[in-house]
Parts: sequence; C-alpha cells; structure tokens
Amino acid sequence: MHFEKYDPDGFYDEMFEAPARPRRGARKLAERLESLPLEEIHARQRAAEQAFYGSGVTFTVYGDRSGTERIFPFDIIPRIVEAQEWRQIENGLRQRVRALNLFIDDVYHDQKILRDKVVPRELIRSARSFRTACIGANPPEGVWCHVTGTDLVRDGDGRYFVLEDNLRCPSGVSYVLENRRVLKQTFPVVFNTSRVRPVSDYSSHLWSTLQSLAPGRENPNVVVLTPGRFNSAYFEHAFLAREMGAELVEGSDLAVDGGVVVMRTTQGPERVDVVYRRIDDDFLDPLAFREDSMLGVPGIFEAFRNGRVALANAPGCGVADDKVIYAYVPKIIRYYLGEDAIIPNVPTLVCHDDTERRHVLDNLDTLVVKSANEAGGYGMLVGPHSTREEREEFGRAIEANPRNYVAQPTLALSRVPVIAGDGFEGRHVDLRPYVLYGKEIFVLPGGLTRVALRKGSLVVNSSQGGGSKDTWVLSDEPLDPSVQDQ
Amino acid sequence: MLSRVAESLYWTSRYLERTKNTARMIAVNASLTLDLPSEEDHWAPLVEAMGCRASFDAAHGAPTADNVVGFLTYDTENPDSLAASVHRARSNAQSVREFITLEMWEQVNRLYLDLGRARDAGDTSADFYTNVVRSCQLIDGITDSTMSHDEGWHFVRMGRMIERADKTSRMLDARYLFRLPEDARRVRPYEGLLWAALLRSTSGLQMFRQRHRQITPERLVSFLVLDMAFPRSIRHCVAVAEEAVRAVSGTPNSTFRNRAEQLLGRLRADLDYTHEDEIIEKGVHEFIDALQLKLNEASAAILETFCPAPGAAPPRGGT
Repeated sequence: MHFEKYDPDGFYDEMFEAPARPRRGARKLAERLESLPLEEIHARQRAAEQAFYGSGVTFTVYGDRSGTERIFPFDIIPRIVEAQEWRQIENGLRQRVRALNLFIDDVYHDQKILRDKVVPRELIRSARSFRTACIGANPPEGVWCHVTGTDLVRDGDGRYFVLEDNLRCPSGVSYVLENRRVLKQTFPVVFNTSRVRPVSDYSSHLWSTLQSLAPGRENPNVVVLTPGRFNSAYFEHAFLAREMGAELVEGSDLAVDGGVVVMRTTQGPERVDVVYRRIDDDFLDPLAFREDSMLGVPGIFEAFRNGRVALANAPGCGVADDKVIYAYVPKIIRYYLGEDAIIPNVPTLVCHDDTERRHVLDNLDTLVVKSANEAGGYGMLVGPHSTREEREEFGRAIEANPRNYVAQPTLALSRVPVIAGDGFEGRHVDLRPYVLYGKEIFVLPGGLTRVALRKGSLVVNSSQGGGSKDTWVLSDEPLDPSVQDQ
Repeated sequence: MLSRVAESLYWTSRYLERTKNTARMIAVNASLTLDLPSEEDHWAPLVEAMGCRASFDAAHGAPTADNVVGFLTYDTENPDSLAASVHRARSNAQSVREFITLEMWEQVNRLYLDLGRARDAGDTSADFYTNVVRSCQLIDGITDSTMSHDEGWHFVRMGRMIERADKTSRMLDARYLFRLPEDARRVRPYEGLLWAALLRSTSGLQMFRQRHRQITPERLVSFLVLDMAFPRSIRHCVAVAEEAVRAVSGTPNSTFRNRAEQLLGRLRADLDYTHEDEIIEKGVHEFIDALQLKLNEASAAILETFCPAPGAAPPRGGT
C-alpha cells in the first residue's frame, strides 16, 4: 500500500517531511508499510485490536447490562520521535517539573513568589485546587508531584509547546505499555531494527519512586487506591497494581488506626506506608475535604500531615495545573531556576486581565477558550469550529467569571498518518509523556500519542472520539540489551 | 489478602453452589412428578426445601408446577431464585475480577448471559437446568485448575462447602418433613422413587448404589450426612471447610484460635462421632434444624474472623 497519494496538506507531518519523502527515523517504517498489501495491513490492525480484547485492555460501557466491553481505539502506525527531539523534550520536562514542584512547596510555605508579585496572590486565593489544609505540610524530601503527565503539541512549524500540565492523577500510562506490547507483535522486524527505546520498565520506576517516599521504613507497603471498578480508569489502576505487585485497594479497605493507615486483611490490620492514590483530593478524606465522599479514607489526610503515610501525588498539587496558573509557568521557571523555559507555553491570554479579556471576547471565532478546572476536553470552545450560540454562551460565561477562563490561538496541530478506508490519511495528534519524581526525576522515553480520529478534529480526548498510537522514541546510541522491552 | 476480596470470593462461590443445587432440585422434582400420583402436591416440599415458603405464599396461591418453577427460576423478586443467585455470583465475581483468573470470569459471565437469554425465551426445559448445572461444574473445575491453591482459593472452598452442606441438609429435610419420627423406618408406597429422586438431586444415586445397593432410610441418612468419601455429604463438606479455614489461619488441628475454627471443629467432631441411628431416633428434622443453625453460625464466624466490618474490633488471632 503506497503513500504516494498521502497528502500532509500543509500541516506539520510527524512521518513525512514532504509528500512521499519520509523523515529519516520513519523510513524503515514507511518502506515496510509500502511493502504490505492493503488486506495485510487491515489484518494486522484487526489482530492488534484482538490482542487488546484478549489481554482485557478494555473498558465496560456504563449501564450496559450485557457487560459488553470496548477497547480504546488504536491505530497501528506508530508515531516516531527522533533522538535529538526527545533530548529537548526530556530536558524541558525535567526543568518544568522541578520548577512546578518548587512552586507548590513555596505556595504552601513562605509564598515568596506571591510576595515578589511574580504570580498574583489573588490567583492562588481563588484557585479551586489550592488547599488551605496543605499549608505547612512537608511531604518527604519536599516532593509533591511524584507522577506528572504533560501534554505537548507541535505547531505548523514542528515546534513543541506545552499545552497542559497534569499533576492530579494523570491517566493513560497503561495504554503506553499495552500499545507497545501489541505493536511489537504487529511490526516486529521494523521495531527490532529501529532502536526504539524501551518503556516496559515504567512500572519498576514507579515502584522505586513510590518506595522512596517512605524513608526509614524497611520494605515499605505500597498500595494503589482506586475509586473502584466503576471508574473509567479502573483498568489502569488494576494494571499498575498488578505490574508493581502492589495491593489494589478501595477506600473501605483502608482505615486510620492509632494515627497510621492500615488495610483490612484476612490476617488482621496491616500498616500501609505509601498510597498511590487515584482519587482526587476532593474525595480523598471526608474529614479534610468533601465530607460526603464515600470513596476516601477518614483521617488519611491527618496521617499524611503527620508524616505517617505518604500520598502520591501529595494533596494540593492541583494548584500547579490550574489552567490560569499555567500561563505563569514560564515566569515560575525563571523565578525558581533562573532559566528560560526549554519547551515554551502556547501563548495564553488570561481573562482576569481587562485588556486580554477584551481581546479574547473580540476574537472568540479564532481562539480556543478553556475553563480553568475542567479536563477531558470538556468546558472548552474551539472557536473556528463553534456556532454563534456557543460563542455567545462562552462570552457570557467569561464576563461572569473572568478568573475561570484562558484563551489560546487555535494551533495547527501536527499530524500522523492513520489507516482510513483504503489508504492513509493525516490526523492531528498530541503527546503525553510521563515524569516520575522521587529521589530523582525520571522521564519515560515514550508517552501516550493521542490522535483525533475524526477527520479534521483537533480534540484528542478519548471522551471526544480520540484514539491512541504507540510512540517510538528512537535512540542514536546502541541500546542496552538488558533493558529492552520484553 | 484484603478482607474485601476474601469476602467476595466466599460469596461468589456460595452463590454458584446455590445456583447449581437449585437447578438440580427443580429438574429432579419436575421429572419426579411424572412418576408420582397426580392427586398429591409435589411442589410444596420443594418450596419448603428452598426455605422460601413465606415469600412464595405471599406472592402466589396454591403451589403448581408453573408458579413454583417460575418463582424458583426467574423471579428476581425472590432472593433464593436461580436468577438471583446467578446475578449475585456474577456481581461478586466482577468485584474481584482482578483476583480471579480470566477463564473463571469469562465462564461466570457466560452463565449470566445464557441465563438472560433463557429467561427472555421462557425456557424451563430439562435441558436448560442440565446446562446450568454443567456450567457451574465447569466453573468449579476451572477454578480448581486455574486458580493458585492459596488463600483466595481457600475462601472459595469455604463458601462452596458451607453452601453445599446447607443444601444437602435441606434436600434431606424436604423428603422427611411430613413424616413423624416413629414412621421413619417404615417404607411407604412411592418411597423408593422419592429416595432415588433425593439422591439424584445430590448427584449421588450412582455413588450410593456402589456403596449401599438397596435404599433404606438409615443408609440414606448415613450416606448424605455421615459418609466421609461422598463429596456432597454434610460431614465431608464440614471437614473440608474446616481444613480451608485452618489453611488460612495456620492453626494446627484439634486446637482453635478463632471462632470459625472452634465452631467448625466442634461440628466436625460431632459428626465424626455420630451414628445414623441416633439421628433417626432423635428425628431427622430436628437434627437438620440444629445443623443448619450451626452452619449459619459457622459462616458468620468465618466472615467475622477474616472480614470484620469496618470499625469492628480486630479478629482474635490477628496480627
């Protein structure tokens, strides 16, 4: 099947530098794809989907009595990131996560950055994700954000930008690992000759990161706390627990007894040292946050404050991924590290500023508007694809609560070919790499490439018709065979 | 192992065992009625044996083949119906999907989906009940051959054995219920058919014949209550349940460190040293009444010991 009819269409294409001219790192893949007849490519796509069903990488559709399972849509053509591009991404992410962590620690202690008026105090005070209960808290080693997923995009010139920081239980890493497992069976030869950096040791890095949060405890007991099997990310919670050999617990399995957190086992209560919690702050502890929460553990926050249990991520982290505070991250990096941001932000207008708000209101048809605390592609206006009614509605919402809105130019996101009908077509993608922060910072060489499978769509969220692809980060050195993906 | 997981495994297995027994009892009764005089009521004893006489009477009038079969098979308002048991088994299994094997889950889910289709078609044929029994047996086999024989599996066995002992006792009771103790040794007309049906309800007719040949009330009681080798006898079930509890706690035989071990150990010792004549003298119904109470207490003790409710005092013997 040939790429001669494939048209990058003026967008930055991750695979082709010009029509019919694959980029250096993608040549082997392009050759291989061209050598396969259409039926064979479709057969491999089906085999990959079958492999996801077979390994149970599925989610159950809510309210479906038959228990029908679906898979997260997957396209077998990988997205390739070349070595020198990745070096810049990795350095940029290390820098960003280090600065965000210093920022969180500062806003819950001395608030120097507010006193120096680099970030407006009013912005912190009004941030829904700022937790006064966390003021003065001291998580081990001063690390708050142990797991971060940062969304990156590229514009028409191929420049990388940070679109969003996710410091509140970012999900998706299980798909990174499963996509890789499946894709290696799909294109074994190209994979083996392309020097793709491994991702399969993520779970062991996560395990050591979590273990490092209980200094002084021998063989610390690490558990994964899930809201339960009805949560849409439950598969991932179970997957990570299984991969790490950690217990998968629900709130009702845990209790606070004598100031420490214990889990109820058949052999009696057993102390828990580290909780990788996949529950939002709001629901974590009815005594500290929302008192109607049935998912959390009463008293766990106090145990955290007293240093008797570690929580990953630490409560209160969300203050750093508020979409308005995002606009200040380049300044935050400069303030704490004295450096320019290696990966720039997407230029962002904050609506609490009068001048910027007027500009936003006058240009709703070209901008993307986001509300500060929504995720998953909700609470968002994509100007060029919006109706007059939607724009008027957003305009009113912005006037009513300017603090809650930011706006960005509509980016011409980069594209990657997908299999569509009888050929290849370009679709827009983003990239979410994962960063672990324990004793040191680890950036997983890979990430979740989300793809907007609907033609022309710019929204990659799975709740909005998005799918995913494997992400190949190439190495320009021979790989250490001991850490190859198995 | 987490208490929540242990508890769900216990109940999954109890409900599957209940499903299997219910299906077998309905099927055997349906086939039995074909051989018995039609003027007698053959369905009331079944409702009685299932322990749902009160809820049946509240919903229906006189028992007939149709209303009893419907009530016991598909009526989800009836907590003891086949459909209710399958539903609960699946919902418990689903909550511990990560702890059971994929093959187990798939088979439990299939049982549930098949039942839904059969209900939509109103199927109460003999084949339907045979398939339900077979499906449950398949799950038992898959469980024993794919799940590691460690803690989780021991909870599966506890649930299975407690439920089975209870059901065997109920079946025996149903056929004895309308007889006074002094009648126990006298064989009435059709009695042979009834006894054979009882043994078929426990899948035990063949094994019984190999062991005892002719059916008499004494031998029947001996076989269903006291036989150590027959896997559905009450004594066998209690012994295996006790062994499973000890496998979890590590307590040596003939001692106890928690209430579950105490109650099951005492019950097993009682059965070890009981003669069938004593049961018949005392009255089978009275014996079974007392036994069911003890099984209920043992089940509650298992859950209190290993799966105490949040806020309850930690179990004795806990660390």
